[in-house]
Amino acid sequence: MSPFDVHAIRRRFPILERRFAAGGGPAEAPEGTGLVWLDAAATSQKPEPVLRAMDRFLRTSNANARRSVHRLAGEATDALEGARRRVAGWLGAGEDEIVFVRGTTEAINLVAWSYGRMTLREGDVVLVSEMEHHANIVPWQIIAGERGARVVPVPLADGIAVDLDALERLLAHERVRIVAMTHASNVLGTINDVARITQLARAAGAISVIDGAQAVPHGAVDVRSLGADFYAFSSHKVYGPTGIGALYGRRDLLHSMPPWQGGGDMIRRVSFSGTSFADPPQRFEAGTPDIMGAVGLHAALDFIDSIGQEAIRTHEADITAHALTALAAVPGLRLYGPDRPRSKDRIGVFSFALDGVHPHDAATVLDTLGIAVRAGHHCAQPLMTRLGVPALLRASIAMHTTRDEIDALVAGLDRVRELLG
Amino acid sequence: MTDDLADLYRELLMDHSRDPRNQGVPDRIDRRAEGDNPLCGDRVTVLLELEDGRIVDARFDATACAICTASASMMTERVRGLTIAEAARLFGAFRALLTGEPVPGADDALPDPDLGDAAALAGVRRFPMRVKCATLPWHVLGDALGPQAGAGAGA
Ligand SMILES: Cc1ncc(COP(=O)(O)O)c(C=O)c1O
Repeated sequence: MSPFDVHAIRRRFPILERRFAAGGGPAEAPEGTGLVWLDAAATSQKPEPVLRAMDRFLRTSNANARRSVHRLAGEATDALEGARRRVAGWLGAGEDEIVFVRGTTEAINLVAWSYGRMTLREGDVVLVSEMEHHANIVPWQIIAGERGARVVPVPLADGIAVDLDALERLLAHERVRIVAMTHASNVLGTINDVARITQLARAAGAISVIDGAQAVPHGAVDVRSLGADFYAFSSHKVYGPTGIGALYGRRDLLHSMPPWQGGGDMIRRVSFSGTSFADPPQRFEAGTPDIMGAVGLHAALDFIDSIGQEAIRTHEADITAHALTALAAVPGLRLYGPDRPRSKDRIGVFSFALDGVHPHDAATVLDTLGIAVRAGHHCAQPLMTRLGVPALLRASIAMHTTRDEIDALVAGLDRVRELLG
Repeated sequence: MTDDLADLYRELLMDHSRDPRNQGVPDRIDRRAEGDNPLCGDRVTVLLELEDGRIVDARFDATACAICTASASMMTERVRGLTIAEAARLFGAFRALLTGEPVPGADDALPDPDLGDAAALAGVRRFPMRVKCATLPWHVLGDALGPQAGAGAGA
């Protein structure tokens, strides 16, 4: 492994060459401001090898997978199953425990509509945390509503991490079947103690559904040592394409579950007198899968490993430490989330409010400087309510983020205050 | 400071957003509507007092960005005293100003309505992502006025 060189890495991301006309006009401007991508938690940018892998697949091997006997069908099937093996390795799971889905949202919906619908009874409880993304709240509300069950929020301690004592109390007093929680918060940046959460859930006879959308981009995880029964993530947040993601499900659970969608590829035998279903994971993959997306995801995980997970972690920890120091010095800025940079406790996601300035106005000013951040409720309205804010600004980093970009953000925030403060 | 930004966050806009006019409630609430921008969570409530088909008083409450708050403030100032049809026509003109599309019904030989302070929001046109922030209060006003207001405002 060559030493980590952020500038060499940046050259692998074509979009970082984009220049914008100063002042926010839509036109291209070769001499304009560069792109400062601090919206990585919304979606990652795509490196060259991912783009090339998808292009090559479409140019040379495109076919439907699992359907025909010709050579291209074999290559497409191999590409899909090769990607499944790669994802299984990334999560420390078996290949047959990886279901391809559209993304984290669909993964959680799958668990809700199949496992949730099968198990939830009148009066049962699904526990979610106050920091969940809507993707880990709304599917549970829908299915709980149908089954006469309830979705109960587990509060946060200090507005930062899931309160484990409160979790324990709720597990003791409610008939909890499912504990659905995020590994890392897309707003606070907190990494929750998932191993402890799943242990508490298991001890109370509940299964755990872990939202890994924000954790997986920062390194491989081991679902077994985490003790997760289900674990979900999206390709587009790990330098892969949109349109695909994966659900890990414990083998015995997947086998016990009914399909949630019907169609091609998920059956064993179909007749009008009755249909039998394929084994997992195919049972949950009705219809032609996103083979090109699977190829891109595979290439993305290879790309991360070619740079080195440890090297990326070290770099991101350095940028995180720099960002926390730099943001703390901005007058009137309030950070929501852990203020210590330890990479075991937090990811490089920084949400904050500026006194007297609405996040949208700040984001528009930053945009004219080429700085892309997110402003809004971050699909976590219950968390916004808990924090008592209508909206927040969020800057989130990736492997290609530099200290200079953090400094550009801070300088941009000075401009924001000059103009709007 | 870049020109587009200076043009967007003009003094008049900042003045209306820092010191919004017509917050609170009218003497009598005849119509009330609430709307939000699901993209960003901004929320606006409009309260109207009507008499003989005219807006006697227009008030609002907003949890929103500077553009949306200023727009609500300017709008409530401008529509006081107007009939429902006049207010709807004004919304059409306002939307046209922001999107560069033609004013609905512009061929009916009436002069373009005077937008008052709201004309200062023209700079939003350079920021397509923010047009909804400026039009949200007007949509809520349209909802408060009911279907009669629909025609002039367009879809
Ligand atoms: C924590 C978290 N969960 C779930 C999601 C939903 O992911 P997707 O939209 O890719 O399904 C996101 C991203 O938007 C997220 O940050």
